[in-house]
Amino acid sequence: MSLTLEQVQRIAHLARIEISESEARTTQSHLNGIFQLIEQMQAVDTRGVEPMAHAQELSQRLRPDAVTEENRRAAFQAVAPETEAGLYLVPKVIE
Amino acid sequence: MINASLKQLSQALATKQISSVELTRLFLDRIARLNPMLNAFVTVDAEKSLNSARTADARIAAGTAGPLTGIPIAQKDIFCAEGWRTTCGSKMLANFVSPYDATVIRKMHGEAGMVSLGKTNMDEFAMGSSNETSFFGPVRNPWDTERVPGGSSGGSAAAVAARLAPAATGTDTGGSIRQPAALCNLTGLKPTYGVVSRYGMIAFASSLDQGGPMAASAEDCALLLNTMVGFDERDSTSLDRPVEDYARDLDKPLAGLRIGLPREFFGEGCDAGVMAAVRAAIAEYEKLGATAVEVSLPNSHLSVPAYYVIAPAEASSNLSRFDGVRYGFRADDYGSLDDMYMKSRAQGFGAEVKRRILIGTYVLSHGYYDAYYLQAQRIRRLIAGDFVEAFKSCDVIMGPTSPSTAFKLGEKAADPVQMYLSDIYTIAVNLAGLPGMSVPCGFAGGLPVGLQLIGNYFGEAQLLNVAHRYQQATDWHQRRPPGIA
Repeated sequence: MSLTLEQVQRIAHLARIEISESEARTTQSHLNGIFQLIEQMQAVDTRGVEPMAHAQELSQRLRPDAVTEENRRAAFQAVAPETEAGLYLVPKVIE
Repeated sequence: MINASLKQLSQALATKQISSVELTRLFLDRIARLNPMLNAFVTVDAEKSLNSARTADARIAAGTAGPLTGIPIAQKDIFCAEGWRTTCGSKMLANFVSPYDATVIRKMHGEAGMVSLGKTNMDEFAMGSSNETSFFGPVRNPWDTERVPGGSSGGSAAAVAARLAPAATGTDTGGSIRQPAALCNLTGLKPTYGVVSRYGMIAFASSLDQGGPMAASAEDCALLLNTMVGFDERDSTSLDRPVEDYARDLDKPLAGLRIGLPREFFGEGCDAGVMAAVRAAIAEYEKLGATAVEVSLPNSHLSVPAYYVIAPAEASSNLSRFDGVRYGFRADDYGSLDDMYMKSRAQGFGAEVKRRILIGTYVLSHGYYDAYYLQAQRIRRLIAGDFVEAFKSCDVIMGPTSPSTAFKLGEKAADPVQMYLSDIYTIAVNLAGLPGMSVPCGFAGGLPVGLQLIGNYFGEAQLLNVAHRYQQATDWHQRRPPGIA
């Protein structure tokens, strides 16, 4: 398998990372090297093997539906790039 | 005091030979003097550290101190600590002052009363094996400052090796505690997945990440692990199990111990000097009453390929939270909301992090999910199954931690695949979720070599016992880098 330049640009768009054409070219060669390594997996017959998502076979715990966290909005918004009146500011989405 | 064990420091504090403030100053002075050369710390806040030391001294005076109260420690900059800048080695978080404590930090600062000396440098978002991907520049190995300390916990490793701190925290997703411990002559332990809370530990690959101690000896690691573990309802994969004293079995004799040597770890691909030191360590274990048996991990060659699907897949999901909205870096100039995301992420992440996000995005995308992600998860099960089989005929598994000693800065930086292969012996342990350690076992060309110990699930106390008995019989772990005074 070999990724094309267009595929690299498409993935970068999906990941919301701006990429110039020259960066995409370097990335393309690095990614193709890495996928060459990854391709070793394809030679293995894994029919009938259950995928392992996690080291421990756990089911998600449930907790009582009760308020446990205090309101720390000011502290959490202090680290935001831009806020106003307790809201996060972003560029206008709807004209 | 600089080279004292945690037990010795604890006694010195309890008997008022030294105060925590004095001890903290001693290490802060060393950081001020030696950090410009090593770049092991990215954030130091002497006033904050000294305030914690004063609180610790008050506890010692009041008789409410625990065994580690007042002992200074370096924190890997992946652990959020309230009021401390927490960068994860990234420009994305270069100005992020955490509004909360990770559980590990809360336990260390609160119940244990330890004193944080600062935050240590690391590969960006823990993605790297040399500490060269850090936004804050590479860390230098105290054994040879032209060489890397390993990664991603490279700052923690260099700090402890140069005695800028008596001990440190690290995290290990594919070898990030064990490999730098090996390259810097330290003892490091990655616990069983789920034993140490991940809450407040900035996520890289959530099904693999695990925090653990890095120190000069197994005994120090045992004492630290006692403060780090425990069920945490804020971590959905934290395990609810009985509390253990990890130091309880340190002195147990090793007679009858069965050491499994995986055929695949003793073949080609490992430097001769590393292999010679590892074999000598196994001979030492035989003198201590252990017997070596050959075992096989037939799928271990697939661990690096499977890891470089699974870890990037999880990373691409975890790192989608960095969007320039709620915290972290935002680009200066942008147009639309989408443009703001694209530019903030393009400028905020370094090259290796972007590469892994792209791999992860690709393997999870429509049409490739089955061929890559599901196949990697199936191979993960085969790898975990190999260990189950191997542990039927042995108690611990041993081999090299890393195929080479510390390499030169820049040597592998241009070729990601070469860098990835430096974790060839450590990654399978994370995929299976097992505990693993690295223990100093000699030198090759003047550089430290690490012996890897792999235990069965929840076998931390046994691993620490096996490492401690070896450290009672050898002095490799007491060797200090000659160029560092």
